[in-house]
Amino acid sequence: MRQPTDIPAAGPLQAVEPSISGRSRNPGDRVWGGVLVALGGLVLVVAGAIVLVLGDAARPAYGQLGILKFLTSSDWDPVAGSFGALPFIYGTLVTSLVAIFFAVPISIGLALFLSEMGPARLRPVVSFAIETLAAIPSVVYGLWGLFVLVPLLRNPIEPMLGKALGFLPMFKGPPIGLGYLAAGLILAVMILPTIASVIIEVLKTVPPSLREGALALGATRWEAIRMAVLPYGRAGIIGATLLGLGRALGETMAVTMVIGNSPEVHASLFAPGYSLPAVIANEFAEATGDLHLAALAGLGLVLFGITIILNVCARLLVWKVARGPVGVRA
Amino acid sequence: MSSLKTRKLANKAMTGVCAAAVVLAVAPLASLFWLVVSRGAGGLSLSFFTALPAPVGETGGGVANAIAGTLTIVGLACLIGLPLGIGAGVFLAEKGDGRLGRAVRFTAEVLSGVPSIVVGIVAYALVVIPMHRFSALAGAVALAFLMVPTLARSTEEFVRLVPRALREASLALGVPEWRTALRVILRTALGGIVTAVLLSVARAAGETAPLLFTALNNQYWNFKPDQPTASLTVQIFNYAISPYQDWHDKAWSAALVLLLLVGLLNLLARLLTRSRLRSAR
Repeated sequence: MRQPTDIPAAGPLQAVEPSISGRSRNPGDRVWGGVLVALGGLVLVVAGAIVLVLGDAARPAYGQLGILKFLTSSDWDPVAGSFGALPFIYGTLVTSLVAIFFAVPISIGLALFLSEMGPARLRPVVSFAIETLAAIPSVVYGLWGLFVLVPLLRNPIEPMLGKALGFLPMFKGPPIGLGYLAAGLILAVMILPTIASVIIEVLKTVPPSLREGALALGATRWEAIRMAVLPYGRAGIIGATLLGLGRALGETMAVTMVIGNSPEVHASLFAPGYSLPAVIANEFAEATGDLHLAALAGLGLVLFGITIILNVCARLLVWKVARGPVGVRA
Repeated sequence: MSSLKTRKLANKAMTGVCAAAVVLAVAPLASLFWLVVSRGAGGLSLSFFTALPAPVGETGGGVANAIAGTLTIVGLACLIGLPLGIGAGVFLAEKGDGRLGRAVRFTAEVLSGVPSIVVGIVAYALVVIPMHRFSALAGAVALAFLMVPTLARSTEEFVRLVPRALREASLALGVPEWRTALRVILRTALGGIVTAVLLSVARAAGETAPLLFTALNNQYWNFKPDQPTASLTVQIFNYAISPYQDWHDKAWSAALVLLLLVGLLNLLARLLTRSRLRSAR
């Protein structure tokens, strides 16, 4: 810390001039400061390396195939040398939207019950369960999805949905089990802890006076939540949703195991599809040639770009609301 | 305005809906744990922990090399990732109020959202291509990249928890800043940093995607960092997507082992945090 200049420093310190910034004059301190700055700067170097290396690996794909054709073609046939990213982008978006559709309302309900409604005794138990959900490796979710969720979808759920809502293109087709719906549902389970924990943090920042004011005016608990709590936390809840979406887009293993791995575009949620991370996971190690590798890296770059943009938006939103970083739990 | 009765009814109904959301959120967890334990426990035996994987059709065999491989890869990742992550965290806490600090903090936040499969591609380009082979080292580089951002942020939070008075007392005694940081502040924050390390090791041990094309897999023992290496997670994946019933059972058993490992690390971290909080009061 800063030392008053009228106190002479002891021993060898005297030889060193006081620095303009008012930093300590001890040579050990300078080394220490330098080491810290170097270590912090390395984080920026790592980030830069990721961008550069990924861009470099993907360049042949964009160069030889043309960016527009690469992104909009739906023909993926590595042996014939044609690479179109559309089925994967489509699959990633559809499964993530399904996940958000289920996970966000459940997360909001869960967060409200925990922080506004339910008995206080229940809170530590449920929050322990949510933290545990977040710690389970994704390959274990995939295992569960493959042997529990997919059979359930194949037998009672998808035929029932097909019977009731089969007039919609989303719910047409044979009930295979493996497909967009299975991947979306497993993603919903996986991103729920992320979204719920951020929303709980956001709800904590709602000033008690708002809630109490509404209650004092005679509002029921739900009315206080609807009129005072939720409007205040709206931006934070949107931020939480974006963070969850970011996780869903990049999730690999569980999706790879249940999406069906077929590089086609289907309107039906029952149909097997593919996602950006899944095709990279399945084909990268056994790519047929340099162009195939570059195309897969190109898919990685697309994924990277989407998640970075989402994360930046989400962080800014959550920071704005909470006036400090939340969502990252130690 | 609707009558008091309907308003109270709406309140009850919404409380019910939110309670249902809690049940919906916890149900998959209960199902998952029940299945991993009930289907995985049967396959656990001494040989599961000591034997190499058996070929299709042969009974028995284990995942000993995969357990050893996971430990090797995660250990190597710690060698690279811990100094970097903890160092960046200490930087953020000690010197992180300037422009560089804000940039590093924001970058770490954003990096923690990068999909692990993308980091796998980067490790492939950085390590596998120059070495011309898949290796434990490549897997470790990928895992280290994944550890750094979260480790930096949580280290920062723990270091910032150290009371100001401790720092000021040390500086007032004439101790230079660097010795104060190392001997007083980091020592006080040590418990918290260990917690952060345990959690990031637990996360790294559960990663699969970045290992698929960096460490690849191996049917045999391997302790050399420049050779393809098996890992528990990749082994679970391969067993799960195989068409054989016997391999499916092994996938569940291996998942049980993985959950126990990850759970143990999380439990340790939790106990450490709790005992530290108690002693602080």
